[in-house]
Amino acid sequence: MSINTSNIALPGWLEIVVIPVLNILLALISAGLIMLAIGVNPVEAVGIMIYGAFGYDEAIGYTLYYTTNFIFTGLAVAVAFHANLFNIGGEGQAYIGGLGVGVVFLTLDSYLPTLLLIPLGIAAAGLFGAAWAFIPAWLQAHRGSHIVITTIMFNFIAASIMVYLLVNVLIKPGQMSPESRLFDEGAWLPFMHEFLARFGFEVSRSPLNVSLFFALICCLFVWIYIWRTRWGYELRTSGYSESAARYAGIQPKTIIISAMCISGALAGFVAVNEIMGVHHRLLLNFTAGYGFTGIAVSLMGRNHPVGIIVASLLFGILYQGGAELAFEIPKITREMVVAIQGLIILFSGALALMLRPWVVHIYLKFSSVDAVEPV
Amino acid sequence: MEMLTSTFGVLDATLRVSTPLILASMAGLFSERSGIVDIGLEGKMLAAAFAAGSVAAVTGSAWLALLCAVIVGVALAMVHGFACITHRGNQVVSGLAINILASGLTVVLGIAWFRQGGQTPSLSGDARFLPIELPFNQTLSDVPILGQFYADVISGHNIIVYIAWLVVFLSWVVVYRTRFGLRLRAVGENPLAVDTGGLSVSGLRFSAVAICGGLSGIAGAYLSTAQNASFVREMTAGQGYIALAALIFGKWRPVPAMFACLMFGFLDAVAIRLQGVVLPVIGEIPVQAIQALPYVLTVVLLAGFIGRATAPKAVGTPFVKER
Repeated sequence: MSINTSNIALPGWLEIVVIPVLNILLALISAGLIMLAIGVNPVEAVGIMIYGAFGYDEAIGYTLYYTTNFIFTGLAVAVAFHANLFNIGGEGQAYIGGLGVGVVFLTLDSYLPTLLLIPLGIAAAGLFGAAWAFIPAWLQAHRGSHIVITTIMFNFIAASIMVYLLVNVLIKPGQMSPESRLFDEGAWLPFMHEFLARFGFEVSRSPLNVSLFFALICCLFVWIYIWRTRWGYELRTSGYSESAARYAGIQPKTIIISAMCISGALAGFVAVNEIMGVHHRLLLNFTAGYGFTGIAVSLMGRNHPVGIIVASLLFGILYQGGAELAFEIPKITREMVVAIQGLIILFSGALALMLRPWVVHIYLKFSSVDAVEPV
Repeated sequence: MEMLTSTFGVLDATLRVSTPLILASMAGLFSERSGIVDIGLEGKMLAAAFAAGSVAAVTGSAWLALLCAVIVGVALAMVHGFACITHRGNQVVSGLAINILASGLTVVLGIAWFRQGGQTPSLSGDARFLPIELPFNQTLSDVPILGQFYADVISGHNIIVYIAWLVVFLSWVVVYRTRFGLRLRAVGENPLAVDTGGLSVSGLRFSAVAICGGLSGIAGAYLSTAQNASFVREMTAGQGYIALAALIFGKWRPVPAMFACLMFGFLDAVAIRLQGVVLPVIGEIPVQAIQALPYVLTVVLLAGFIGRATAPKAVGTPFVKER
């Protein structure tokens, strides 16, 4: 390869569709090879997964319930990415967001009406998540400590705090497992089957609840924020070139802090789905790695809300279909999904540019030379 | 007397707990000194621990297990190198991918091969690295304090504990007293200068990353064949990140990083013993507070409140050769 391919512009459909899809295919082919290695037929496995994710009412509910979590954490990572910040701390921010919901509901749930409780719970999840992201952001902006390392550390600190609080403080007295008491029913988000029943649609019970709508609203807001407001413009400028931003009169420090707080709030909203929508009490490890999956989702969705919805749906299918797979084929466990997630992060994240030179060469072969202008 | 015995007990445990941290932070040191961020220590250790646990269970040889662990560690390091050095991918993303991949794959393969819920069969005899008594420990144990210290704390560990000390010494020699070490430090600070000097930046970085993989492999083998008698899912439990924290705490230098590991290991050893104990003045310290302390201390250090930790200058930025 004698020419520098990174300077050659490709048409949008190649950059946005073909290369990412090829990367994901590589990841899925590798996953197929792993399945072959442990003696499972990958084609059969894919069939079971698709059936498990879409084959019946309840499965669709579960798939979309997982999707909801991934939309929140995917958006969280994406907002930070646009400011050129890598927020690995989604897991901890979601966990602390849960603490916010827990604190508000455990104190107020018997005094306030549902119409006040739900917005308060959502606000608490966002505020606590944002607060947990604020500290690493402030340290990065004002003390120069690297956000990646501090957010990793904050995940562990959050886990320790939550274990301590649940074991010693928030635990329902007289029980062994470290969980809080159930919230008053007035604080529960309606399940989707209840919600749809009001309009005369009968669907099976599943953990899916109305927070899916909230997730989609968040997508819209993130899109407006990043591409249609002055703040979003400043965020992207600062992410693209900090010095250029500074010359343009933008305060990179403010951007770092605001981007991380929004990111943390979005991650905190996982608690809206998990705590307010499904468990209705505070418990250990409800985040279950969703914060890390958000990184894969964001990379796959190329940091765009539409891409994130598509990627979240794919991960929803993987999670729910993976559960079905583990049930049908005893040789496979749910951790197969974790391995696939790792492969997707590897191929669509770290190796995102691996295929580009090849695609450029093929593209050049099929297009007339003067149509290509170096940028 | 009792006081002394329990102190020695804690120190003995400290050495045992800090060994994988020391090995992993030396691993990270080579990688980061060459300019490649490695948050994938955790994943490499986990995969290596699994490899060692499986090979030891199948062949019954601890040494063969160690060899395979090193091979797995190096292989994953090569994936990291391929992504970050060859294709200039994001180093944090790549490290994270390795962590998540290892966390999933070890369980998938473990259940497919051994059907014990992700664990490997438990090891005994030659399949493990057993404690070795150093010479004269019987005779010296009669000598008060120093002799007892030798017999109770220094002696009676498995071979990998001693290998870890040797690795710290060797790392210091390699990094500060050899030509390779000089180039390694240079490539992490100013790769352009190294390139201008006619050396291969990617060659140096690949060898550093390979050393990193090998050392994380030893750390992983320690977990499943020396400290414990089998591989258990997620058995690294954040130790790769603690090692990274220790590396930062030691300001990317071998000996201070080792002391940071010993300190974190000590905290861990003390945490278990302090469970439910009421101390004078302070009262009962929650175990979680001690467990979180390494992370809190690292954040405080990185924020520059206790000294400054300055990373190698070029760490995290891919090198683009000028054309």
